[in-house]
Amino acid sequence: MVIEKAVLAIITTNRETVSGGAPIFICKDFDELQKTAANLEAIIDGIAHALSDELFIIVKH
Amino acid sequence: MNEYTMPIVFGVVVGTIARMIMLRTDYRQYPTYLHGKIIHVALGFIAASLGAVAVPAIMEMNFTAVTFLTVAATQFREVRNMERNTLSEIDDYELVSRGKAYIEGIAISFESRNYLVILTAFVGTLFYLIWNVYIAFVGAIICLIISKVLQSGSTIKDLVEIEYSPPHFDGAGLYVDNIYIMNIGLPERQEEILKYGMGFVLTPKNINVVNTIAHLGQRQAILHDVSVSLGVFRDSGTPALVPLIKRDLDDGRIGVFILPQIRDREKAINIIGAVPVLETAIRMPSKSNSRNREVN
Repeated sequence: MVIEKAVLAIITTNRETVSGGAPIFICKDFDELQKTAANLEAIIDGIAHALSDELFIIVKH
Repeated sequence: MNEYTMPIVFGVVVGTIARMIMLRTDYRQYPTYLHGKIIHVALGFIAASLGAVAVPAIMEMNFTAVTFLTVAATQFREVRNMERNTLSEIDDYELVSRGKAYIEGIAISFESRNYLVILTAFVGTLFYLIWNVYIAFVGAIICLIISKVLQSGSTIKDLVEIEYSPPHFDGAGLYVDNIYIMNIGLPERQEEILKYGMGFVLTPKNINVVNTIAHLGQRQAILHDVSVSLGVFRDSGTPALVPLIKRDLDDGRIGVFILPQIRDREKAINIIGAVPVLETAIRMPSKSNSRNREVN
């Protein structure tokens, strides 16, 4: 089976809401969260999706 | 020189001219100058020769010679394969890919155009041998007109109403009208998208069209054509900036979200309207007998 989509990274300011297999980046505030997400998006060629204000994921499509 | 020389030359010439007329570099951007064209003119010449020499072969009661037309059919099926392979290979390197359905459509048209060339050459030579060169001219011109008509299928604007509708965000969700396109997390990306993006809503005119425009290949063809004609605000490594088409499941409308470099509404509407309807996407549910029985 070919996996077409995958969560490559999780970026959050609230570490209690996340766990699991993908790399997790914990940030202090929303500003840092955005910067980290923007950088990761560019680096790993995924799209940064917002699940909530404190939780972003980078998904490879 | 014998009695067949001039008719055959005539047939070959009109056939080759027919191929040249049907060979256009337009919004499809294919085939490109120069070598792509040479290949197709050369194959058109071969097709024309086959069509032209078939007539004297029949007239000389040499019926087995006509079986070489089957060789021609094999040959031109090979042309279709060639086109499909080439286009599929380069599709990975397009910023907005053509998609398999569009490639198949282009490949089919290349094959069928060679058969139209055979027909033109055949009619030209036949009329020349039966009557004279003037009637052959008339026959060839009629064939050219038929080829031209057969060559152009319907376009998107025959199927749908196209309206401009600016893209907007609801939270992280990007919408065109009420059609959800995708989730964009970063505020700076959202700003870029609002600045550069354009949205269009395509409303189907009847039930047959709903399925046709829902076809994923047809949707990709629209995106590709718009991106080729208007440019695209995108690069490798910016996967968030991607033109997309999504469908409203309730009524079958589709929301087109594009990122053109030339942001001209009228032009964009014209270009979307001029996208060819892919043969593989055409559905005719209203012609299905079992469906109509249920309805009545």
